[in-house]
Formats: sequence, structure tokens, C-alpha cells
Amino acid sequence: MAALERIPPLVVASFLPHSLCALVIKYESVIHEFDPYFNYRVTQFLSKNGIYEFWNWFDDRTWYPLGRVIGGTVYPGLTLTAGTIWWVLNSLNIPLSVETVCVFTAPVFSAFASWATYLLTKGSGAGLTAAALLAMVPSYISRSVAGSYDNEAVAIFALIFTFYLYIKTLNTGSLFYATLNAIAYFYMVCSWGGYTFIINLIPMHVLLCIVTGRYSPRLYIAYAPLVVLGTLLAALVPVVGFNAVLTSEHFASFLVFIIIHVVALVYYIKGILSPKMFKVAVTLVVSIGLVVCLIVVAVLVALVASSPTGGWSGRSLSLLDPTYASKYIQIIASVSEHQPPTWPSYFMDINACFSPLSDASSFVVLYIVMSVYFSGVMVRLMLVLAPAACIMSGIALSQAFDVFTASIKYQLGEMSNSKDDVKEKISTNNETKDDASSAKGEKVAKERPSKKGKKKEREPADKPSVKSKIAKKKALVLPLEASIVALLLLIMLGAFYVIHCVWAAAEAYSVPSIVLTSQSHDGLHVFDDFRESYAWLSHNTDVDDKLASWWDYGYQTTAMANRTVIVDNNTWNNTHIATVGTAMSSPEKAAWEIFNSLDVKYVLVVFGGIDLNINKFLWMVRIGGGVFPHIKEADYLRDGQYRIDSEATPTILNCLCTGTNLSCKFVETDGKGYDWVRRTEIVKKNFKLTHFEEVFTSHHWMVRIYKLKPQKNRIRGKGKKLKLKTSTGFSKTAKKNPWM
Amino acid sequence: MAAKVSDEMAARIWIFVVAVALSLSLPSFASSQDLQIVNAERRIDLSSHIVKAFLTLKVENIGKNPAADMLLAFPPTQIKHLSMVQALAVTGKKKKKAYLPLDVKPSEQPDAPNDTGYFLVTFATPLTPGETVTLEVLYILTHSLEPFPMEIAQSEAQLVYYRDSAVILSPYRIKQQTTYFKTPSTRVESFTSVEPANRAGKEIKYGPYDDRAPYSYAPVIVHFENNSPFAVVEELVREIEISHWGSIQITENYRLTHGGARHKGVFSRVDYQSRRSISGSSSFNGLLAVLPPRVNSVYYRDDIGNISTSHLRTGYKKSELEFEPRYPLFGGWRATFIIGYRVPLEDYLFEAPDGRRYLNFTFGCPLVETIVNKLTIKVVLPEGSKDPSAVLPFTVNQDLQVKYSYLDIVGRTVVVLQKDNVVPTHNVPFQVYYTFKPIYMLAEPFMLVSAFFFVFVASLAYVHIDLNIVKK
Repeated sequence: MAALERIPPLVVASFLPHSLCALVIKYESVIHEFDPYFNYRVTQFLSKNGIYEFWNWFDDRTWYPLGRVIGGTVYPGLTLTAGTIWWVLNSLNIPLSVETVCVFTAPVFSAFASWATYLLTKGSGAGLTAAALLAMVPSYISRSVAGSYDNEAVAIFALIFTFYLYIKTLNTGSLFYATLNAIAYFYMVCSWGGYTFIINLIPMHVLLCIVTGRYSPRLYIAYAPLVVLGTLLAALVPVVGFNAVLTSEHFASFLVFIIIHVVALVYYIKGILSPKMFKVAVTLVVSIGLVVCLIVVAVLVALVASSPTGGWSGRSLSLLDPTYASKYIQIIASVSEHQPPTWPSYFMDINACFSPLSDASSFVVLYIVMSVYFSGVMVRLMLVLAPAACIMSGIALSQAFDVFTASIKYQLGEMSNSKDDVKEKISTNNETKDDASSAKGEKVAKERPSKKGKKKEREPADKPSVKSKIAKKKALVLPLEASIVALLLLIMLGAFYVIHCVWAAAEAYSVPSIVLTSQSHDGLHVFDDFRESYAWLSHNTDVDDKLASWWDYGYQTTAMANRTVIVDNNTWNNTHIATVGTAMSSPEKAAWEIFNSLDVKYVLVVFGGIDLNINKFLWMVRIGGGVFPHIKEADYLRDGQYRIDSEATPTILNCLCTGTNLSCKFVETDGKGYDWVRRTEIVKKNFKLTHFEEVFTSHHWMVRIYKLKPQKNRIRGKGKKLKLKTSTGFSKTAKKNPWM
Repeated sequence: MAAKVSDEMAARIWIFVVAVALSLSLPSFASSQDLQIVNAERRIDLSSHIVKAFLTLKVENIGKNPAADMLLAFPPTQIKHLSMVQALAVTGKKKKKAYLPLDVKPSEQPDAPNDTGYFLVTFATPLTPGETVTLEVLYILTHSLEPFPMEIAQSEAQLVYYRDSAVILSPYRIKQQTTYFKTPSTRVESFTSVEPANRAGKEIKYGPYDDRAPYSYAPVIVHFENNSPFAVVEELVREIEISHWGSIQITENYRLTHGGARHKGVFSRVDYQSRRSISGSSSFNGLLAVLPPRVNSVYYRDDIGNISTSHLRTGYKKSELEFEPRYPLFGGWRATFIIGYRVPLEDYLFEAPDGRRYLNFTFGCPLVETIVNKLTIKVVLPEGSKDPSAVLPFTVNQDLQVKYSYLDIVGRTVVVLQKDNVVPTHNVPFQVYYTFKPIYMLAEPFMLVSAFFFVFVASLAYVHIDLNIVKK
């Protein structure tokens, strides 16, 4: 019956994401940002052409002239999920468009995720609190708002659900759940590259259990089938394939797999041999085993050392060594999502980890420790931390509530029941004291990151959390009044948390960055320039025209304008991106030659004003310089800075990108070229283009599209002028009426 | 019984005889020698890209037989651009003047010279010998202004050719005639001179010409400036979905283009925004759609999302939706968009005296001053509707389809009406009749209820039935 009582709040908790995500409709039901547009395009292809075509899809609309094998390079989980939902709905004659399904996949899966969190946390109150917290935690909301159609949308559910099934198997020792666990892991592998987190975390936990002497057959059941089935299934996903056994990310699981078998064997032998015989056997086996292990390790080291990156992919390496990216791969470092987070972003994103109590399982502890480390390295992995933090704070909150309500209840009961049972009271008090003091220890440890954040950013939730801490200490001294106060403070804190979450969801995360708005004195202004330009491209250029832009806009261009792009957000070919970067940071003539050699017909640049391409320009130079040595960053810098004012270097002023961007037409409107973001006057005005022509500029001038002029006929000397004259003369006569 | 049958037979034979006699006698009725046009005045309005010609004809029967109808002739270059022809007979004089609409049908003539196209105007009462009648004819031409030069830059004005004849093409002798061309501005580059012809302000006058023989033709070209928006909808699909639960949902898919002189070279937003009157004068940005009154849930979007530049004014007699495409349209540029809205059911759905229901809605395109090259109207009837039939004042291609929408099983009948070359004059009411039993309205709620019911029954059964082979 208790389980049934919990269903309504759980339903509420799982619908919370929906109501929060509906905030996005404040604007419109639209897909957000960059990557989701690619996923949307893939889903469209899938729903139109079917699954077999999807696996064999060679996309010639991107990375021209190389193309991209989509079926083999994409994590198919998300698109297959949305495609299946779409197919089911349409076969029931519910005619939802692919776009609608894609937009609402994330909120639906966030509901599943909070349900999975409830299951994982277990325990009545804690599970519900954790589920409710997850439904609201801003860092997860950033990935689960309607329209955020990215891999993480389904992956977080898969992650939590896999952990839940692992714990479930660990508790029951049932092979059924072990198989389910492998399937859940397979779904995770399908959905997101972050599956390596699972395949490293679970072995670590298993190792921890073995080391602490908690080996059991249940542990074996939970782990061995997962590795065998999971690896086999993972190898089925084209994008993973043999990487599932070849790359170093997976080696930890195999090593632990061997270890667990050795341990199992030892326990088995221990069971059948007498203690004396066992000792003899151990010495024998250990001596032989050591030799074998050494050989194996030597072979492995040799294998790993023979590959250039040591068998680790670039992104994983940058995880282990935070300085790796900036040293070797500019492109990974240039993605803001891959950069170490700032401390305020910790506070902004995870406002929940205030007071975890003990008594969480070792797995959850391990989980939270690991995710704290990884999220410290890469801001994107904050997402992995969010469920862990929610679980911890869910447990903590419900424990705190339990303590306070129990003490209030006890006090009230005591008042009515006069003064007997004093001994019992003391004992319970002691218990709660122990509980709370151990909690404090952990609390202080966990508080540190957020405290640092607080210093930088004052938040309304700051004061109450400190107060509640003080209040909680006193709860044991002043039982009744203090615990009521503490309870109220806790509720207040929770309310602040909800307000913060709603605010974050509404203001920070549910703004589709493709549409910008600004509040001015005469109402709301909508800047819809990107879609304006994409629509123009899709209707007014030839279907096979190639478009060059910086890679950020690649996915959107292919999805919305349906035009072939040179580079896109799937930054798999550094040289190609460097070529575009070089062209953008070259003088006009050289740029024209590079673009012409790539068969480009249009160049899209983002103009100053709001989102300035100068910020991207820095990366164009760096990436270009990484491959083509004649592009030197130093040429563009003055005093270690990019300057476009009077002290700018001549190289930067001759660049195509800056030229087209900054100087072109400002002069004509307000008499001086003025860069609004930097508040500096641009020195080079009256820029006249000779090899490109402006064919489109969006309403607020954010996006400009240039067309490469065709090559001129080679005419020498005066012949050129003569030719020009005749041509204009002809056009004049042609204007006349032929009938007269 | 036998007598009755023979009566019926007799009646049929009689009808047949009459029909044969009529068909045989037709040529003698409409012989071109029998009619002549005493006076003809033609005013051609060239101010927008929809060319409207107003023709006033005074027709006299000089033959010996009464004439039931007369022919209007059009040169082959015009016949394919001809969007509609309407004729009115003027009855009464001065203040008692009244107009009587006449039946106009396209017709084929075996002896047509040079592929001339014909329309047959049937008089209200046959014209007796010596009698005269005054006709007012309106015909509308689309795609008849040819831009020249074909390509213009942003700052140039758009110049167009209009080709026609100085004298009216007609199978009848015309005693006296005059033609006026009205241009949108005073800037006229040139016009062919057929004496007497002169120009005053915005008007070019050809004529009066006396006594022209049948099939006289004098080609003229007028070259003038026309910067009116050449908004051409290449294809418009309007879906009108009837729900007996209280609303009609209309979804309109537009493929719009600028049909004027093609834009060439640079598009400079600075020039466009700062000097709008000089720069980009031939382009257009704002459009106006006239929607029904009491319209609600209006949306305006395209394939990639909502378009925020629109403004709706609801009124008592009509609603107006002012909107802009995502970008201004220059010559040859295209844009697609979708407009959707909902109107209350009771305003447009009625019950006919014979128990059938009918939808009474407006044909054509809601955009003002727009040509639609291909218009498809799909009337989606509710599931379970039978015997659909459409009633229109002009001929359209009709077709039936089936559409599956929310939780449909047998599908909804769709009446598809398709017409090419549609102009705003086609915005007249049309009716679609069908029979529908209200019980079908409950089918889908019943399905949902039973589906939930079975889910709960199944879960009840699952909880209560022990499926274990061995008892625990």
C-alpha cells in the first residue's frame, strides 16, 4: 500500500519537467541551437527513407567535397527513439510532424529520467525528493527543455536507468535484471558517447567491492553478464564497432572482468579446499600468476604505445589531462562546452548539493565523486553530475525532514504524555546527533565548491542556506521551536530552489538561441535574422550551390537551408576546417582562390553587432595556423590582443572576414565604422570588395551572404576599358523598345 | 401502366427532337453576319499586374433571325492568360439602369482563324432583328505584363511591356470603337502609334476607329513603368477541415514569388533601409490577407518555424492579417509560408432543406491583388460523411481523396477542387454538400474510452491472475 501512496507525487514529479519545459513555448515550438538541428535532419531522413537507408546514408550535403557517412558516425539512439515514436503515432493516425516529435522528445525523456531517479534512490521520501529535484535541476533542464533535441536528452535517462538496473541486479542477483541491465547499457551506447562513464564507473565500483572484501556471487552476476553482453551489443552500434574492444576507454572493464574471475575462482577453491591446502595453492598460483600478468601487461603496454595517442581518443584524453586539448587539438578547445567550467556556473547549475547525509550506498558515493571530478574538467559533464547531486540531496533533504518532523512529533507526544520514557528520549537524541554530526562532515566537504561560487555571485538562496545550517545545529538543543523554524527554513530554501530553477529554465535555457529578443522602450524586438537568411538561401539559391561559413553554422545551414556546406559542427576533419579558417583570415584575393578551389558559391558571415564573428575569428586564425604555417597568430595581434581600432595590424585589416564584416557598409549609415560590442572605431572604412559581392543581408544585419564573383576574362591594357564601354553601350540600346 | 410508359417515351422523344432542332439551328442563330457592334469602348487597366479590361459593347441584330447569343474573340496570346470573363446586360435607362448577369462559356469554333479563342455570351432573351442591347464585359488577364529589361538592379525601376491590339478582335463588324490604356504612372517609355492615338497623363487613347471589318487586328506595345507588387502565388493549397465539434480549421500553404523583372547583382540592405523609395521600388515586403470575421487561433509560419512579422486586425465584417515574408521579395525571389486559422462552425456550415449539410465558404486566395497560378482547395469532411458534391459558379477540376487524421479508421472524405490562374475576382462563395450522421461524432471518444477501459481491465487481470507454474 505504501508504494501505491507514492504514485501520485511521483506522477507530479515526472510531469514537472513538462510544465517547466512548456516555458519554451513562450517563444514557439522550435528546435534549439546547433546540434539538435543535425539530429532533427537525421530524424527527418529516417522517417522519410526508413531504417536501412539510414544505416547506409552517405551525406553529400556536408563536408563538401568529402561528404560524411552519417549512418556510421552518428550515435543513433536519439534519432531511432524519436523516429520510432513518430512511426507509432502515425500508424495510430495521429498526424504529428517529425518536428513536433523531436521538440518534445527531451521533456518526455526527462520525465522518464526522474522516474528512473526515483527507482535508483529507493526509499520512500528520498526517492521522491530526488525525482522532484532532478525534474527541476537547471543543469539537466538545459538539456531537457522542449526543443533541446540532443543526445543527452535520452542519454541521461539511459544512464540513470542503467545504474538502477545495476543496483537492482546487485541487490537481487537475478540474471533477468542483469540481462536488462546489458540492454539498458546498449541503449546508452546507442545514445551518447558518455557511455564510457558507465563502463568505467561500474568496474571501479566492482573493484572497490572486491578490495573492501565484499565480493559475492551477486556482484559477479551484476558484472560479468554486463561486460560480455554489453560489449557484444555495443559492438553492434556502427559508430562504436570494434572500438568496444580496441580503445583504452574499455580496458578497465576487461581488466576488472579478469580480476573478478580470479577472485571468483579463489573463493570457489577456498570453498572446496581445506585451509592448509588453500595456503599452499595460493603461494603456487600467485607466483605463476604474477609472471603471466607481467607478460600480459607488457603486451598491452606495447600495443597501446604503438598507437599515436596511446589508444585514447582526443576527447577522452582531454578529460584525463585538462591541458591536453589546448596543447594539441585547437578544435576541441574551441568548443565552449568542452572547456573547464567557471565556479559560478557550478552554483548556477547545481544549486542542490547543500547537505548530503551519510548512509548512501558506496556506489552512489563513487558516482558522485567521479562525476564531480569529470564535471570539473568539462562543463558539459555537469550533466552527469546533476543526477548524482539530486540523489544525494534528495536523501539529505528527506533525512532532514524526517529528523525534524520526528522530533516535533516526539515533542508533541511527550508534552501530552507527561515525563515518562526519559531514557528512550536520550537514546534517540544521541542517535540523531550521530547522524547529524556525520552529515555535517560531509556537508562541509560538499559545500566548498558552492561556497566559492557564492563569493563571486550573490544569490538569494545564499543567506537561507547558512541560516538553515545554524538552525539545524540548534535543532538538537532546542527541540520543538528550533525544529519548527528549521523546517520552515528548509521549506523556504526549497521554495527558493524552485524559484531559481524556474527562473533559470525560463530565462537561461529555454531561449532558442536561433531567435534573439531584446526589450526596448516600444516593446519586444525579435531578431530572427538567422532563419531569415536560411530561408533566403533555401528559396533563392540553386539546390546544389555550396556555402562556406564558419563551422558553427554548418548544421543549421544543412537542416534549414538545405544547402551543401564545407564544414559543420561535426568537427572531424581539422584540415578542412583549417582551410576555411585560412580563407576567412586571408586577404580577399587569396580567400577567393581558396573558396573557388572548394567550388564555393556563397560565403555566409555573421556580422558585428550582437554575436560578433571576431570572437570566432580568433579561432579561425588559430585553427588555420595549426595546419597552414603561413597563418601566424602574431601577425594579427597587437600587444597580445586582437585590435580593430586605430592600432590594428595591417594583416587583420586586409582579412576577408574582418573586411566583409566590419567595414563594409557602416560608413554609409552613420558616417563612421563603429564596432558596437567593442566600442571602438574601426580604422578601415570604405572597404570595397572586388572579388565578392553582397547578395543578402538580414533585417538586423546580423547575417550577410556574399557571392563569389565569376572570374573575369583575361584582357590586357586598354582592351578591358573598351570592352566595358561596349557592354554598357549595348545595355543602353537594349533598353530601348525594339519595335520603334 | 402501358399508357404511362408510352407517355414517358413520347416525352423523351419530344425532348430529343427539340434538342436536335436547337443544336441544328444554333449556327444560323449566331451567324456573324447577323450581328454587328454599333459602338465599342474598351478600358484596360494596367495599374497592377492583374490586367483588367472593361468592355462596353452595343450590339445590334441586323439579320433576319433572332440571335440567342454572341461571341467574344481573344487572340491566342491572351487566351492562355485569360483568367475570367464576365458579361452583364444593361437594362433600363439612366436612373433605372440595372445589370443582368449573363452566362459566359468558352466555346470552340470550327472556322477560327489563327487559333483565336472564343467565349459564348448567351443573351437573357434572344435578340430580335433590329433590336440592340448594351453589354458590359469584364475580362481579366494575368501574366500579361512582360518585364523589359528582363533583369534590373536594386535601384532601377521596373519597366514592362503590354501587348494588345488597338482595335478589338471580334467576329463582328464594329462601327465605332475606342480603346483606353490606363498606366500606373505618367512614365511611359513608348507606345505604338496607330492613328489616331494620343497620350494624356496616365491614359493612352487609341481611336476612335470607324467601321472595322471582322477580325481586324492592329498590334500595339505599351512600354511603361509599373512598380506595383508582382505578387504571384505559384501554388496555394488550402485545406478546410470541418469538425462538427464546433470549428473549421483552415491551413493555407503558399509558395510565393515575385513575378516581375529579375533582380540582378548586389542586394544592399543599407540602401534598402535608408532609401526605400528609390532603392528596391519594385520589390515588396508587406502583404495583406483578408480573412473571415470571428477568425481565431491565427498563425503564420514556414517550414523552419514561426515568423514574427505579422499583425492581425479582427473586425465585424472581415479580419485583416498584415504580414511580411521573412525577407523582402525582389524580382524572381521566392518564399514559402503557411497561414492557418480557425473559424466558428456555425458561421459556415448549414443544413439544407433536404437534410443534407453544406459548407458555404469563399473560393480563391485571401491575399489581395495576387495571382494564383495553381489553387487547390481541399475540403476535409468529417469521418463518416457521404455523398459529397461541390457547387461552384465556374468550372474547376474536382476529385475525391481520403485523408487519415487523428485516430481515424475509415478515413475522411476530401473534396479536392483545383483551378489554375485564379485572381481575387474568384473570391466568391462555393458550397460543398454532404450527408453526415451525428452519431459518428462519438466514435473517437468511444474508442479512447474503451482503450483506457481495456488497459485498466488488463492491469486488473494481470494483478489478480497468478501465472506461476509452481505455487510459491
